[in-house]
Amino acid sequence: MHTVLHTFASPHDFRVALPNVWAGFQVNLKMMVVAEALVLVLALAIAVVRGLPGRGAGPFRALAIVYTDVFRGTPLILVAFLVGFGVPALNIHFVSTRSNFTYGVTALTLVYTAYVTEVYRAGIESVHPSQRMAARSLGLSYLQALRYVVLPQAVRRVIPPLLNDFIGLQKDTALVVVIGVAEAVEQAQGYSQTYANFTSYVVAAVFFILLTIPLARFTDHLILLRERRERALAT
Amino acid sequence: MSFVELQDVSKSFGENQVLRHVTLTVEEHQVVCLIGASGSGKSTLLRCVNLLERVDEGRITVDGQHLTNGKIDVNALRKKIGIVFQAYNLFPHMTVLENVALAPRKARGVSAAEARARARELLNRIGLADKADDFPDRLSGGQQQRVAIARALAMEPKLMLLDEITSALDPQLVSEVLNLVRELANLGMTMIIATHEMSFAREVADKVCFLDAGVILEEGQPEQIFSAPSEPRTREFLARVIEAGRL
Repeated sequence: MHTVLHTFASPHDFRVALPNVWAGFQVNLKMMVVAEALVLVLALAIAVVRGLPGRGAGPFRALAIVYTDVFRGTPLILVAFLVGFGVPALNIHFVSTRSNFTYGVTALTLVYTAYVTEVYRAGIESVHPSQRMAARSLGLSYLQALRYVVLPQAVRRVIPPLLNDFIGLQKDTALVVVIGVAEAVEQAQGYSQTYANFTSYVVAAVFFILLTIPLARFTDHLILLRERRERALAT
Repeated sequence: MSFVELQDVSKSFGENQVLRHVTLTVEEHQVVCLIGASGSGKSTLLRCVNLLERVDEGRITVDGQHLTNGKIDVNALRKKIGIVFQAYNLFPHMTVLENVALAPRKARGVSAAEARARARELLNRIGLADKADDFPDRLSGGQQQRVAIARALAMEPKLMLLDEITSALDPQLVSEVLNLVRELANLGMTMIIATHEMSFAREVADKVCFLDAGVILEEGQPEQIFSAPSEPRTREFLARVIEAGRL
């Protein structure tokens, strides 16, 4: 028992590892913020393209479907390798000389955009068609109806699943350690290999937990609020 | 030329033929009421006039414009035609004022300030100025429907299509909506009204059309249709309506 505690929860190692792991964790935070901002915008654009009517938009819709299928189907770790090691190996000017951080954010964005596109799409489809009908009947164009009537309602409805995906993204920033990004896991690994103690990993875990718990609670709270409001309206 | 002309219009949804060779004219400033059982094609007819539905056969002209030749600018057409639905369909994420001001701002390019001012004026005229900053879910059904009418009127349409706008309302809320429609009729608005409110139709219509299974079986002056219908099915329908205490 004492060995378990010492290996995973040694107060001394905790203190010593803390500054480096914290420095690494700030990289995770940066990746998370940049990736999430990109994901929210790109996924919305792809979800809109997915829903465009008419024959002319066919190829674009098809592209959107292929994109979401490919990147929801491919494990993030594979995408990280392909982007983080594969792209530099292509030796293309500028594109192949970005930092590991950039490749890490790119991989996260590619994968999470695919998931969030589907979340937005579900939200858009959950808005009753009579809303779009009413907006179009007033003379608003397809895109105007989408922008002022459908999307505001759709996005509000999918905030809980969006936040859930955001929590997933936060944790998955740890995966980019495999392409050499100097973030929390990498720092913990370095400490552990030097001092043969795994408490540094526990430090990293604590940081992640402290980050995701408030968001998870907040998401649960929003879901509860919505349920209460819908129950009140139904009476 | 009549303001609205439907010639030989047919429309099917899959196997179900909802409109069969319908011919109808509506003159400017005229109020035409469509009566008939549910499923007789009243709603579909209205929705063909503002191109929410495309007809399979026939011709429709509104204000001299052909709707059915495939080249029409749908959005421009819909700015001239106001439609109000049974389920009001107000935008729940916007206040009453924003609901009314949205289309003039975005579809007509009116400035935000002017759109709001005109919206307030409209709401004032229908007696709902104090609800301007409320969200639709705080209003009663009758109030919501009146806002829906104001929202359609904000675009200054030349034609109003009313699709059974009181059918979903509690009886005591129906008259406030009908009063507003009566006022519109008196102001000379061209209207096609699908309704179950027979007394109202009798009072406000210049022409009444009885739809039965997608066909205009009979049309004429309200007095003639309601007191002395020629077709047996019209008589049957009206008899059932009177029995239900609605005339």
